[in-house]
Amino acid sequence: MYAQMVETGVAKVRDAHEMSPDEQAFQARVDADIKIEPKDEMPDAYRRTLIRQIQQHAHSEIVGMLPEGNWITRAPTLKRKAILMAKVQDEAGHGLYLYSAAETLGVSRDQLIADLHAGKVKYSSIFNYPTLSWADIGAIGWLVDGAAIMNQIPLCRCSYGPYARAMIRICKEESFHQRQGFDIMLTLCRGTPAQKAMAQDALNRWWWPSLMMFGPPDAESVHSAQSARWKIKLLSNDELRQRFVDQTVPQADYLGIAMPDPQLKWNETSGHYDIGPIDWDEFHNVLKGNGPCNRDRMRTRVKAWEDGAWVRDAAVAYAEKQARKAA
Amino acid sequence: MNEPSPLFDYVLRFADSDLVLAQRLGEWVGHGPALEEDIALTNVGLDLLGQARLWFAYAGEVEAQSHGRGRSEDELAFLRDGSAFRNLLLSEQPNGNYADTMARQFYFDQWHMLVLGSLSSSRDPRIAEIAAKARKEVAYHIERSADWVIRLGDGTEESHQKMQAALDYLWTYTGEMFAPDNVELALIETGVAADVRALREPWLANIGRVLDVATLALPTVAWMQGSNGRGGKQGVHSEHLGHMLAEMQFLQRAYPGSQW
Ligand SMILES: [Fe+2]
Ligand SMILES: [Fe+2]
Repeated sequence: MYAQMVETGVAKVRDAHEMSPDEQAFQARVDADIKIEPKDEMPDAYRRTLIRQIQQHAHSEIVGMLPEGNWITRAPTLKRKAILMAKVQDEAGHGLYLYSAAETLGVSRDQLIADLHAGKVKYSSIFNYPTLSWADIGAIGWLVDGAAIMNQIPLCRCSYGPYARAMIRICKEESFHQRQGFDIMLTLCRGTPAQKAMAQDALNRWWWPSLMMFGPPDAESVHSAQSARWKIKLLSNDELRQRFVDQTVPQADYLGIAMPDPQLKWNETSGHYDIGPIDWDEFHNVLKGNGPCNRDRMRTRVKAWEDGAWVRDAAVAYAEKQARKAA
Repeated sequence: MNEPSPLFDYVLRFADSDLVLAQRLGEWVGHGPALEEDIALTNVGLDLLGQARLWFAYAGEVEAQSHGRGRSEDELAFLRDGSAFRNLLLSEQPNGNYADTMARQFYFDQWHMLVLGSLSSSRDPRIAEIAAKARKEVAYHIERSADWVIRLGDGTEESHQKMQAALDYLWTYTGEMFAPDNVELALIETGVAADVRALREPWLANIGRVLDVATLALPTVAWMQGSNGRGGKQGVHSEHLGHMLAEMQFLQRAYPGSQW
């Protein structure tokens, strides 16, 4: 997902009798669906895991602005340009909410950004793929925002109050994001043969990476069990992925474009779609930095940050002067 | 084909300046010095884009009256060549660093506010209506750009220098804002257009007040690009516009006649 493979720092899920009294009390609150708030006691591992998860999520929003921002200056109509600008601006807002949620856990936004730039924290693998045509903007809204919603709706109920509340605000905007993406795809699919081919090509390139967004299969997700126990992960990777597949396949049919998966088929017995094997080798390589755009994305973010340093310094210096005058 | 009407030409000047500046601001998305700035620049860009669309819609109506058919906003934005664009030279200047972007915005907003104020009482009711609506948005733009000029001017030594350099560099593009050509003069006569000659003094006074607070100097460059009747408003642009249009218009040009 936007936060893939979040380390919990816990080797195995601990049973109640292995927990200290404090930890037991904490787990009891979580089990009773009482929200944990910033000033509450919480186990260190919970705090650290949340920081990592929220941070990955925040960075994904910000890095995710780049592939879509890539088409703002080339949007085909003024209306599409306005919608895309508003959409990418929303993502900046999501980043802000999430950095703020992370800050309630005792870290600073600057520190988190420094961690990103130093390569210490990841962002979603999906944003390391390039947007090569206008249809990619449709595909991202439809598939990537669609997958994000799938993951984030359950997180609105997660155990940490500020994160849950940030998710509620974000989810309201994500459904608009998905609709505008699907609308782009629909318009292309009903357009000229060249436009329809553009849409098919985008689906071919974005389908598998979208499925990888949900993270490795449950059997290999070592940290998921602890996160589930803490209610900061409410559904497993495979469950979410399956829901996404089941929701998206009929939409592709409606668009009249084909999923790039010859093994995709409806399974009468399970009541779900079966899919072909996901190329996890590609996924792990993208996470390692070998995706088509990892280096570009980081270079662009670091450059924006460094180019902006004198502006931020000036704002601070000016505020200090004003404060001195007022004193 | 008969000549475009002066009113059409005049309305396009606002549509094009808004669109071109919005396009420039769109280039910043994802690259701003802070997330809050990214969001704020996009707000301004979205406002200007929205205003451009209102002006284009009216330009299309005007064209329909004189030519039977008026072009759509997308035909006007994506299917005209540079020489048919009527935007101010200032609006097409590249983003440069943040001080360059803010200086461009500052000069533009200060002019925009005054000209829209004047147009709010245009004899042309459609112009008056669009101007009054746009002016409400620009009231926010003008505060923000002045605020940044002050912060950068009175921030650090480095920001002060960059801000001053940006103001000096762009000054030469401010003259044509206040130099009416024949198209404008005729419409000023009939009470349709804003008399920009009367706006130069208040503009200078307002700019001067902000620069004072910012500890910056009013630029002294005397020569004004395009104020001789061969500037952006007449379709004689800087080299930058052609590149912008090549990028902006690419899809409409490569796939003509498609719906998007
Ligand atoms: Fe988002
Ligand atoms: Fe989104």
